[in-house]
Amino acid sequence: MLFDYEVLRLIWWALLGVLLVAFAVTDGFDMGVAALLPAVARGDGQRRQVINTVGPVWEGNQVWFVLGGGAIFAAWPALYAVSFSGFYLAMFLILVALIIRPVAFKFRSKRDEPAWRARWDAALCFSGVVPALIFGVAVGNVLQGVPFHFDSDLRPFYTGSFFALLNPFALLCGLVSLAMLVLHGATWLQIKADGEPAERARRIGLVAAALVIVLFAIGGFWVSHMDGYRVVGAMDPMGPSNPLRKEVVTEAGVWLANYGAQPLLWLVPLLGFGGAALAMLGLFTRIGALSFLGSKLSVAAIITTVGVSMFPMILPSSSDPGHSLMVWDASSSHYTLGIMLIATVILLPIVLLYTAWVYKVLWGKVSESDVNKDMY
Amino acid sequence: MIDATLVELSRLQFAMTAMYHFLFVPLTLGLSFMLAIMESVYVMTGRTIWRDMTKFWGLLFGINFAMGVATGIVMEFQFGTNWAFYSHYVGDIFGAPLAIEGLMAFFLEATLVGLFFFGWDKLSKVKHLAVTWLVALGSNLSALWILVANGWMQNPVGSEFNPDTMRMEVVDFAAVIFNPVAQAKFVHTVAAGYVTGAVFVLAISAWYLLRHRHEALAKRSFTVAASFGLAAALSVVVLGDESGYTITDNQKMKLAMIEGMWETEEAPAPFALFGIPDREAQETHYELKIPWVMGLIATRSIDQEIPGIRELLALSELHIRDGLLAYDALETLKVDESNAAARQTFLENQEYMGYALMLKKYVEDPRTASDEQIAMATRDALPNVFALFWSFRFMVVIGFYMIALFGLAFYMVSLRRRVPRWFLRVAFLTLPLPWVAAELGWLVAEYGRQPWVIEGVLPTFLGVSSLTVTDLLITVAGFLVIYTTLAVIEVKLMLKYIRKGPEEEESADNPARLDERFSPAFNRPQE
Repeated sequence: MLFDYEVLRLIWWALLGVLLVAFAVTDGFDMGVAALLPAVARGDGQRRQVINTVGPVWEGNQVWFVLGGGAIFAAWPALYAVSFSGFYLAMFLILVALIIRPVAFKFRSKRDEPAWRARWDAALCFSGVVPALIFGVAVGNVLQGVPFHFDSDLRPFYTGSFFALLNPFALLCGLVSLAMLVLHGATWLQIKADGEPAERARRIGLVAAALVIVLFAIGGFWVSHMDGYRVVGAMDPMGPSNPLRKEVVTEAGVWLANYGAQPLLWLVPLLGFGGAALAMLGLFTRIGALSFLGSKLSVAAIITTVGVSMFPMILPSSSDPGHSLMVWDASSSHYTLGIMLIATVILLPIVLLYTAWVYKVLWGKVSESDVNKDMY
Repeated sequence: MIDATLVELSRLQFAMTAMYHFLFVPLTLGLSFMLAIMESVYVMTGRTIWRDMTKFWGLLFGINFAMGVATGIVMEFQFGTNWAFYSHYVGDIFGAPLAIEGLMAFFLEATLVGLFFFGWDKLSKVKHLAVTWLVALGSNLSALWILVANGWMQNPVGSEFNPDTMRMEVVDFAAVIFNPVAQAKFVHTVAAGYVTGAVFVLAISAWYLLRHRHEALAKRSFTVAASFGLAAALSVVVLGDESGYTITDNQKMKLAMIEGMWETEEAPAPFALFGIPDREAQETHYELKIPWVMGLIATRSIDQEIPGIRELLALSELHIRDGLLAYDALETLKVDESNAAARQTFLENQEYMGYALMLKKYVEDPRTASDEQIAMATRDALPNVFALFWSFRFMVVIGFYMIALFGLAFYMVSLRRRVPRWFLRVAFLTLPLPWVAAELGWLVAEYGRQPWVIEGVLPTFLGVSSLTVTDLLITVAGFLVIYTTLAVIEVKLMLKYIRKGPEEEESADNPARLDERFSPAFNRPQE
């Protein structure tokens, strides 16, 4: 094998981040646009205009989510098992939203009755707001640690409840996530729409950008005082993936330790603020491309901040910290990680290539007058 | 011990969501190729009616595709949400094909399908055609990787249990990909999808022809469906026979079940044409057998024996006892990783450890199981014979019916005789059958694998997540409500667009003149 186990684990930790960022940057604006739909578009013409800015691309964007699921399953099976079964009802809500979304896009304009269309518009808005919130809430819980443990067969048990997920810090993270995706949707509309919807989105986007900055700052302050999770003693980064063979303690400020050791990392959260500020500037000066670049940066940096703060922890256990999942003990086998890396190196560039081509073909703004019968 | 109600509900939810998802998949597989064929004719001949056909069937394809995507997302995550122990236990192997499916196939079809609908004015003819072909390719590649994953559940090759990580791990990835069960399943499943697409187009075209509506479009569609469908129907049955052949090595129990064959028969074994298998009495009543046929199909020889159910059950008991040796050694290794003797015992018996796990249904520690409990676990190796016996037979009958239907249809259109109205009616009434056959096929494959989720490796009941019955009740009810609502909406929309028919004005050719030249097979019958 070209890489040793430690390097492959690091690569797959980074790829996990890349997939989540790619999902949030692409499907994020779809969700943002869906969430903004009732607020920025009045009347059926404008609604269809806004929907059709994402109409041809949301389906491909959503694959980042599906691929994320598949990649976590393949590379981090324990994480896949613990997190999705632990966050069971929250996950169910996300799935409901993601079931409704494709059909809402597809079915909405297939009948003329206003009541029919209004119902699907509401469904679209739901499918944008709910996942955006829940993803943030889930991250908030991961940062605090989740109550789970394994038995000696490595069967995972989650001992929390659905409502325990909705604690203050997690809700704050949910709001960060919602604000950031709304901002992203608003900046997308700057480059893809014109007229009233774009103008309304611009104004909402300015507020969302300010909220991202403020809420992300509060979150950062909170995290600096919160208990983080740290392994006691050395861990073998090449050891077998068995999460029962270590000791973990909780300590305030651990989530900032990586920044202390590697001050350059401060650039990551700074970019989270900087991106939002850039988006604000772009919105203010009505330079759509600048605002979209800013929101992309902000989304990517905020997600990366979470990963960088927790490394090498992936999913800490609040009830049995020793059972926490880490980069060094929750991955697939060396062989599987290697095979999957080869597959990714070959296939991902091809995906990026044709995705870029599709966006190029669809380049340009969608106006209300462009909407025709073939469209959503 | 694991709550039996939780297991039942988890299985119910998986079966429900998987079978629902599979209502949409076969049509996507078949229709995507037919769209590509129709559009190819358009690009080659330049006749706009073929573009109109592509657009019209594409519209119906789109409604179906959205449902397939929506219900497919659930499948990708349901292993984690509801089968957490399964996911941990086999994720090292099972996750890889799912991830590759996303990268290689789903991305391709989902990214390009947007251009299929929105790209007519933005792309050149040839580029748009390429997009359509790539969507078809993507959906078929998607089926390949999903069936590689599913094939491994039926025949878990290329993997071993690792006592250090307490899970199955890949040792030979090529063996997982080229698993003969997966390959046979892939070709059988996609061919069944092509039949579904062909029946869909054939039936709706027949309906138009019966009503003398959109005849130019319907005749051409009917012809495409007849030819595509004949090739597909022949493949399903021939390649289905291939699946039958491979299970003799890997899933002898499933085969014996399908045959209701309790005793090992002398080679070559007969094929049971009719019978009522009785699980309690362990015999098949009113059996009607055709000598030799089963032996020929399953072993392709006249001298190889096919083991009967009783013999296989006796083997199961032996496996359970061997498996207990592995289980005991593993328990020692859990507390003492470096115990060389235990490691050796484990390696020698690990093949059967899954059988020892079957006892966990009755006792916390399988090593303390009584003989009676071992007997109960042995009996669990026997699934519902009656259901399998008949599901299989109905599926096969539908398969042969399809060959006859498409054979006739192809004969009528290609030899340019006229297509009589009775045949159009039969073609229309065939519409639901491919879906019935496809669902029965899944029943045979998945229900037939019970009590295993991974054949011989992991019993189904052990795979579940540690959830409460309430959790499951909420989500089962939730899926039921959403899926039923969506089914009603989708069928209504389909019907609306089928009734409305294609946009006529787009056809620039003179339909009347074209029709005559194209195919006199459909000249109105003089009734």
